Amino acid sequence: MTAQAESQNVDKHNGNADVRSIENTRGGRYYRPRVDIVERDQELLVLADMPGVGPDGVDVQFDDGVLTIQGRAEPRQPADTEYVSREYGVGDFYRSFQVSDQIDVQKISAEMAHGVLTLHLPKLEAAKPRKIAVAAR
Amino acid sequence: MMVRIRTESFAPLMQLRDEFDRVYKSLFRDGGPLAQARSAEHPSLNIWEEAEALKIEAELPGLKAEDLDLSVLGSELTIQGRVTTAPPEGQTFHRRERPAGEFRRVVRLPVDVQGDKIEATLSHGVLLITLPKAAVVKPQKIKVTAG
Repeated sequence: MTAQAESQNVDKHNGNADVRSIENTRGGRYYRPRVDIVERDQELLVLADMPGVGPDGVDVQFDDGVLTIQGRAEPRQPADTEYVSREYGVGDFYRSFQVSDQIDVQKISAEMAHGVLTLHLPKLEAAKPRKIAVAAR
Repeated sequence: MMVRIRTESFAPLMQLRDEFDRVYKSLFRDGGPLAQARSAEHPSLNIWEEAEALKIEAELPGLKAEDLDLSVLGSELTIQGRVTTAPPEGQTFHRRERPAGEFRRVVRLPVDVQGDKIEATLSHGVLLITLPKAAVVKPQKIKVTAG
């Protein structure tokens, strides 16, 4: 698993880089979801924080070794709201990763709960670790 | 006399302090380049006022309602809880960015609220707290009668 092709967009809670995302389908700016990526023997597990995104607002694609996650977060307050304090912005999420492992694309599964996307990317047989028996002489 | 001399001798320091304030405000103002650093506390909060209530919103993905504790004491609201949706220790992490574990933040409320009528909802990892204003701070409609 590598991430050279990781998209350059705005980190949700460190939003000073004003870089537009690669795919600008709705206009405006995207936030970069925070992720945990865990490698297990049988799969890669990806958890992505996308608060405000419901199960219907998630789009996950895996194409040619690139995993792309998108989430749609609708505005929760009117645009003209005057904040007493405003520490974060609200908007859609976008992030992509280059995945070097061989993934069984047909068996990728995803679920969305409490604003967290959980993705299971099962490895193809060839990519799974094998125990090599060593014969004693 | 004594006081005047002291004031003069401190003038350059005062100027320095004013300059520092100016730079600080330009960097750390809402939406400024370092606004986030100012509030390194977790969770980050958006706060706004409506006619009847003060609203406080926080993004806490993975938080379940039973793991959240809200309390008001005087003019301070305490938000604390625990997010448990992290993969267990001892695994190989390629990325580990999501905040996990306990959080606690104390907020000084800008208006008086009715502490016993606070409501909170959690939806898709977004916490919204509604704090009804105390009667004295609500805008009062004053009837004008023609004389």
